Amino acid sequence: MIANILFVLLLIAGVGLFTKKIRSVIRNIKLGQDVDLRDRPMERLQTMIRVALGQSKMGSRPVAAFFHVILYVGFIIINIEVIEIIIDGVFGTHRVLSFLGSFYNFLIGSFEYLAFLVLIACFVFLSRRNILKIKRFHMKEMTKWPKSDANIILITEIFLMSAFLIMNACDYQLQTMQVGHYFKGEIVGAFPISTQLISFLPSDVSILEFIERFCWWFHIIGILAFLNYVPYSKHFHIMLAFPNTYYSKLTPKGQFTNMESVTNEVKLMLDPSAAPPPTDTPPARFGAKDVQDLTWKQLMDSYSCTECGRCTSACPANITGKLLSPRKIMMDTRDRLEEVGKNMDQHGADYKDEKSLLGNYISEEELWACTSCNACTEACPVNIDPLSIIIDMRRYLVMEQSTAPAELQGMFSKIENNGAPWQFPASDRMNWTKDEN
Amino acid sequence: MEKLVVPTMADMMAKGEKPEVLFWVGCAGSFDDRAKKVTKAVAKILQHTGVSFAVLGMEESCTGDPAKRAGHEFLFQMQAMSNVMVLNGYEVTKIVTACPHCFNTFKNEYPALGGNYEVVHHSQLLQQLIDSGRLKVEGGSFKGKKITFHDPCYLGRANGEYEAPRSVIQKLDIYFTEMKRSRANGLCCGAGGAQMFKEPENGNKDINIERAEEALALNPEIIAVGCPFCMTMLSDGVKNFNKENDVQVKDIAEMIAEAIDIN
Repeated sequence: MIANILFVLLLIAGVGLFTKKIRSVIRNIKLGQDVDLRDRPMERLQTMIRVALGQSKMGSRPVAAFFHVILYVGFIIINIEVIEIIIDGVFGTHRVLSFLGSFYNFLIGSFEYLAFLVLIACFVFLSRRNILKIKRFHMKEMTKWPKSDANIILITEIFLMSAFLIMNACDYQLQTMQVGHYFKGEIVGAFPISTQLISFLPSDVSILEFIERFCWWFHIIGILAFLNYVPYSKHFHIMLAFPNTYYSKLTPKGQFTNMESVTNEVKLMLDPSAAPPPTDTPPARFGAKDVQDLTWKQLMDSYSCTECGRCTSACPANITGKLLSPRKIMMDTRDRLEEVGKNMDQHGADYKDEKSLLGNYISEEELWACTSCNACTEACPVNIDPLSIIIDMRRYLVMEQSTAPAELQGMFSKIENNGAPWQFPASDRMNWTKDEN
Repeated sequence: MEKLVVPTMADMMAKGEKPEVLFWVGCAGSFDDRAKKVTKAVAKILQHTGVSFAVLGMEESCTGDPAKRAGHEFLFQMQAMSNVMVLNGYEVTKIVTACPHCFNTFKNEYPALGGNYEVVHHSQLLQQLIDSGRLKVEGGSFKGKKITFHDPCYLGRANGEYEAPRSVIQKLDIYFTEMKRSRANGLCCGAGGAQMFKEPENGNKDINIERAEEALALNPEIIAVGCPFCMTMLSDGVKNFNKENDVQVKDIAEMIAEAIDIN
């Protein structure tokens, strides 16, 4: 009885804490500018199914894709087991779903195979990061927390899967020994992997029972802890990949937004008699200086980033040693957004600190290194768009601060003065027809 | 060889005529000496195939693309709206351009500002002309030559056009070879996003060197391009390795014009 109450309390605390964190994440995302992405719902749904569910963009790196699919399928399917764990925990039953008979055996058997594969995948991923030291996991932005974050997740997963398999091994042993409530008249469940562990188990019934219970509790507490870890971690992508791909950019990659506030002003400049636009409140500023100037989708992008670095390893600027890393743009955006959120929690909604995303996190040098080639957006497995953030910050630098590099300032004035980014008069535009080959 | 005649939209309008297509030359195509040769090749092919075309000449002005990529949305929209006025004034319906940056901007960013045109990159027009039988090409001097193609970002990734330029040059019976980073994974030449107009930021290598190195590793006789900026960047890259006498950087239009002996 005490165990049941303890379990229910743990469950409420775990889910409650998680809900609280999610609400604060939603609040943070909503700090972004409004953008209407409710168009083309079928196309969006298809994109989500293809890219998030079907992981269509993972395949460009087959090794990672293969083991990632194992982790992904394993994660989802093994978590069906959590349903039974919760019922058992609340009502003090044991393997309550075993009435499903052979289907139950099939389920438990599949979970075991998957758990074993997940273990292998975790070891493969750990060695890619820590032994093979794959380059994209060891760049400037991948020190301290981002580095340990990845390892913590993999090690936790290894512990959880091991607990699951050891629990099953003990359970099977207790069933064959026909101990108490473990034995339901016949052996329930199928244990293709965990039976391999039996020879390592003690023969003492009470110790077996202790190990089984310990693993059971470890497994469920581990899952609840993991649930609460996820929103703080790069691992958040397991949830946000779905909405994030649903709200993907559907227009061609080369199409940048036309700023409506600018359109209105340009129209007035070209035709002063044109009616001024309805007095919507003008935007606070042109372009983006801080996270609140970005759209909610750009902020959601930042929470969805799993820091895999495919963007950065495809970025021509980064490949040639420039400061720019599209992954860092996303990590900085998330870090700054979390900081802004924390400030609001501590000092109230109107609190402003002296910091901003541009300047304190992202430097001008990074922004001016971008060739806008879209290699990063092409590479991202969950359709994150770092390029749009870079361009929005350039807009701020150019239109609010006039701090573009001098050569670009020159290019601007040449376009203004003679309609070309180079110093040639329009009267020379037909010279090519006169030139000899 | 017949003389190249390039009418302007104003000439045509004065005669009460309207061309099938506006050839948007672009700033590089008008002023850059190397790109001007490509412009000429495109015009010759248009004339050769009997496509009625005209240019804007003095009335052409920057699309605003480099301003937009650099963050100067005001300047971009000023350019765009005044260009739209000119284009709509001539009732332009179809635009062909040899510059993927102009192509992308017209195709994707002008419609919302009142400029709705059918926009094609010259590789797409060449493919249309070949497919419809208006343009007949054979390998000629290109037959068997080892050639690779460098995807322009604003044609490829930005607009999903990977096939047209490849299919056009493969009509020349060439030995086509692909770089590892091609199509959706193509590596930028380094000029996009207004980088063409500034010095690169500090790094350990220039992007065009990285790309030229990759192309040269295939030992091609020609690196084919479809963008005036890529032309500049890769030509410089090839020169950097002192390979300019062995490896040519050529636009696909130049190759076609040469193959049909009108260049």
